[in-house]
Amino acid sequence: MKDRTAIVGIGQTAFGKGLADSELSLACQAISAAIDDASLTPGEVDGLSMFSMEEGREVEVARNVGLGDITYFSEVGYGGGAGCGVVGHAAMAVATGQCNVAVAWRARKRASKTSRPWSQVPGRIAGHWQWSRPFGVVRPVDEIAMLTRRYMHEFGATRDHLANVAIASRKHANRNPLATMYDKKLSREQYMEGRWISEPLCLFDNCLETDGALAVVITSAERARDLAQPPAFIHAFAQSIPQQHQVMTNYFCDDPLIGPAYACASRLWERSDIKPADVPVAQLYDAFSPLIPLSLEGYGFCERGEGAAFTENGALEWPNGRLPTNTSGGGMSEAYVHGFNLVLEGVRQCRGTSTSQVEGAENCLVTSGEGVPTSALLLRA
Amino acid sequence: METGLLLPDLDDEVAAPFWEACSRSELVVQMCAACGKSRMPPRPMCPHCRSVVATWAPTSGTGTIWSYVVPHPPLLPAYAELAPYNAIVVALDEDPTIRFVGNLVTSANGAINEIDPATIRIGEKVRVVFTTIDDVTLPRWVRAG
Repeated sequence: MKDRTAIVGIGQTAFGKGLADSELSLACQAISAAIDDASLTPGEVDGLSMFSMEEGREVEVARNVGLGDITYFSEVGYGGGAGCGVVGHAAMAVATGQCNVAVAWRARKRASKTSRPWSQVPGRIAGHWQWSRPFGVVRPVDEIAMLTRRYMHEFGATRDHLANVAIASRKHANRNPLATMYDKKLSREQYMEGRWISEPLCLFDNCLETDGALAVVITSAERARDLAQPPAFIHAFAQSIPQQHQVMTNYFCDDPLIGPAYACASRLWERSDIKPADVPVAQLYDAFSPLIPLSLEGYGFCERGEGAAFTENGALEWPNGRLPTNTSGGGMSEAYVHGFNLVLEGVRQCRGTSTSQVEGAENCLVTSGEGVPTSALLLRA
Repeated sequence: METGLLLPDLDDEVAAPFWEACSRSELVVQMCAACGKSRMPPRPMCPHCRSVVATWAPTSGTGTIWSYVVPHPPLLPAYAELAPYNAIVVALDEDPTIRFVGNLVTSANGAINEIDPATIRIGEKVRVVFTTIDDVTLPRWVRAG
């Protein structure tokens, strides 16, 4: 499927807390904006690809936005692992002729029942959560903090390294007027004084809680060349559930610090003409700051155990860092919409329209949830 | 006595023998009846030989702390009351790839927030103890060093 499809439209709602509109309404608004951006009409959309966790279902979206006959629809599970997955599924459907124009999206409200499953867990726990939740490892932050502590122990990573991640994201958000944290600076001192959430992770190691929706439109490379926006070609796509993986509480395999990124990356680079050394900018899934060093290792920007050191000397910061990362502010400082905003920022880097545009960027890596079954895209201009 | 914690569903058909063993103060691990390999967490099929026949083997009940966290609020009310508390992952002595999530306490009925988290170290030796909450017996860990 290399370069056979492209993202030709992007759309989003405002980001906020306590937005009045329903998740279905937000989804429809983002999709509508993306269709307009692509200079297409709703009747031309015949494919839908969404997160399993979406509140608004395909049927509702189609009859609200006034889409045409839908001939392909699919869902990808595992929350934040699905972002690149839904785009990749849409691209595969277009590439194989199952549909011609597909939309993929994520709409989320922080207070909704499906958004924070840990806060509505039933009194008795079955399945794999019974091996962690009874002991107070209850929230995603507790689950990732456990891996983080081990990572720090094995490889000498420090809170200063995690601060590098949080500060880089915040600097990028301070350049993006649409980012939640646009007018809030973050200093290293503020980071170090941030209250604990789950030691060794503090407030600033966590992503935001955001209401909002984002959508993309995918069509064939041929069609893309006739449309209004410069195409962001889908050069490579991969997903992974690594061997013996357990969702979030991946403490039970031989080496829990070899996360889903490794298996996803090996397939992604195998399918790609572009290699890590040729990637000038990345959008790496950042529900928690330690996922960035883990992803830098997994996706081959450095060796195992070197991800924390990679973040030193402003390496993640625009414009002079070795690999400007999460250039819109990402999940930690722009918005946390299950990582789908990272996909749109990847498109903007390929179009040349980011508020922290990497000059001459010809491609951008976008990744989805680390610690869960995941996915990644390599987009190119 | 802690109340309102998220307790396991004792009717879970795969895991029930584990929790039953805890109620007898035994820490057991699921073992494939065909190839003899241990697996944790328990599941219906052996990923090594695909047998669906399993037994439960006793363990040493000793291990080392592989990692730990100290959760702070916001948390579900029962956990918020205890916070900050510790949660640990223990690697079993006889097979360090067999791991259990638990809590470090000073005695079987000790609270999960009684140990100063600043004193906890990865690599510390621990031994299993059992504490009963409602109808569930949970494995917890005390220092064995």
